[in-house]
Amino acid sequence: MTTLSAPATPRRRRAKAPGGAAGLWTATPMTRLVLAVTIIISAFPLYYMIVIASRTNTEATDMPPPFLPGGKLGENVQRVLSNPDAHYLTGLTNSLIIAATVTVSVVLISTFAGFAFARLQFKGGKILLLLVLLTMMVPLQQMGQVPLYRLMVSLEWVGSIKAVILPFLLNGFGVFLMTQYTEQAVPNELVEAARVDGASTLRIWWNVILPAVRPGMGVLGINTFMLNWNEFMWPLIVLNPDNPTVQVAINSLNAKYGTDYVLIFSGTLLSILPLIVVFILFGRQIIGGLMEGAVKA
Amino acid sequence: MSLHVDAGHPTRAPMPPSRRHVRPRPGRSFLTWLDLKAAPYLLVSPYYLLFLVFGLFPLAFTLYYSFFDYDLTGTVEWTGLGNFTALLDDADFWKAVVNTLAMFVIATVPQILLALLLANALNKRMKAQLFVRLGVLLPLVTSVVAVAVVFTQLYGRDYGMVNWVLSWFGIDPVSWKTERLPSWLAIATMIDWRWTGYNAIIFLAGMQTIPKDLYEAASIDGASRRRQFWQITVPMLRPTMIFVVLNSTIGGLTLFSEPTTFYNGNVHGGTNSQFQTVSMFIFEQGFREFDYGYASAAAWLLFLLILIGSAINFLLIRRIGGNK
Repeated sequence: MTTLSAPATPRRRRAKAPGGAAGLWTATPMTRLVLAVTIIISAFPLYYMIVIASRTNTEATDMPPPFLPGGKLGENVQRVLSNPDAHYLTGLTNSLIIAATVTVSVVLISTFAGFAFARLQFKGGKILLLLVLLTMMVPLQQMGQVPLYRLMVSLEWVGSIKAVILPFLLNGFGVFLMTQYTEQAVPNELVEAARVDGASTLRIWWNVILPAVRPGMGVLGINTFMLNWNEFMWPLIVLNPDNPTVQVAINSLNAKYGTDYVLIFSGTLLSILPLIVVFILFGRQIIGGLMEGAVKA
Repeated sequence: MSLHVDAGHPTRAPMPPSRRHVRPRPGRSFLTWLDLKAAPYLLVSPYYLLFLVFGLFPLAFTLYYSFFDYDLTGTVEWTGLGNFTALLDDADFWKAVVNTLAMFVIATVPQILLALLLANALNKRMKAQLFVRLGVLLPLVTSVVAVAVVFTQLYGRDYGMVNWVLSWFGIDPVSWKTERLPSWLAIATMIDWRWTGYNAIIFLAGMQTIPKDLYEAASIDGASRRRQFWQITVPMLRPTMIFVVLNSTIGGLTLFSEPTTFYNGNVHGGTNSQFQTVSMFIFEQGFREFDYGYASAAAWLLFLLILIGSAINFLLIRRIGGNK
């Protein structure tokens, strides 16, 4: 990309009209300013989280507010972890287990279904796929919460993370994405050729499909992980405060210690660390996946 | 593993010659059947099993519950459409509908415009492209609850940074949580902070599919850049725009986490429910008042609201994009 921008400079010089087509693609100072301001606004609340999380409550309510981090981060994090109402460490562990289990399962289920929809002919396939698309429009979270809750009550699962994991395995977006991805990444001839060679369906999935759709699985996996890490409403309904997810733990802090800003901010900061790690490791893939998905949808 | 002999022919044409090789051994033909005919269904079955249990069953029961009256003592009584008529007469429900729609509009309109402009800026040639895009997408890595916690502090009446900045311009401290319009604005900014960059990246993807010679032709005709943006970019982005707007509609009308966290985890949405959304109303009816029937009926009305909202927005975008 950077090599591409080098020859652009002389071309810009040649374009005379201000509305020239070549000029349209060069960044003006205005563009740079817009982008710089956007990035500052994007980063500021995250930065501010660090500032407050590393201060004392007196400093946090100072006027003017503090702009630089202090030295109390370790102490504040200790207070979060040892807080008797939040069960923060349990929440962190639960969230990790839930997000990881859901991610692995959703990716597998979607890859299976995507293979069938994209590259196998079967009666009713089209209708079944259409059904997936239709259900993506239904806000199941709101529409199904009461019966689902009562189901969990009768199964005696309320308070257990099973009750959070299972409903989230249903992910129409994943099936849709993997169908699209398989269609694009695996030519039909490849599947036919494997058939001629005598491969069974399962073998084709393992040897032909899986290696080709791995990038798509990655994108879906990252998405699913972030989505489930963030999930708030259903865990709030179905879990008890003593066995929470990390979001529910923050909510308990927020509800009980509303003015203890440094405590809440430290908990919040801790809760987004896994997401930041994912973002740093897979940022390129996240953007690539978003952009590809957007064009196809 | 024993399938390699007769699994050889392509799926669609069961050719007679290869049939002949198949001995009438029941085990073998069962495996072939399993591999060719049943395998697709087996592959999609996990999704549909989950869909039955966690999708269709709850939906059907939400409808069923909505015809009954539940009270705290545990009595259940058939009311027919009673819950629905009661909802339509319930000022609290309507208040939640107005709050939801208002926050949706206040958040979405500027967000779409900003995202378009931002995407246009991202579409230029520049150095450190990946870094810039990641920077724009940074808000996505914070959890919704985290965003809401930080913004709630920023919007604090006495020690919040927003009021501090406003005081430079001689504006008296605004009580962001207790007044209706300010609370809507505060929540709308939380939504916009998180989603504008995301939508800009989606728009950017759409922009990159627009053929560049369209712009070249337009600039030869002397169209200004601004004109090119509104007359070429925006109309050509229509499919992407529909995707973004429908996504925002579903997300905006089911808003829950931000306003709940804004009121310290309480679903009542402020002392006077001034920022209670329909989602919070359903939660409150179902899990604070334990009126399952009423909550279920409200959920169906929310669904109706989403359908109407999506249809209106869909038609709107089609018209905006249509007048080239």
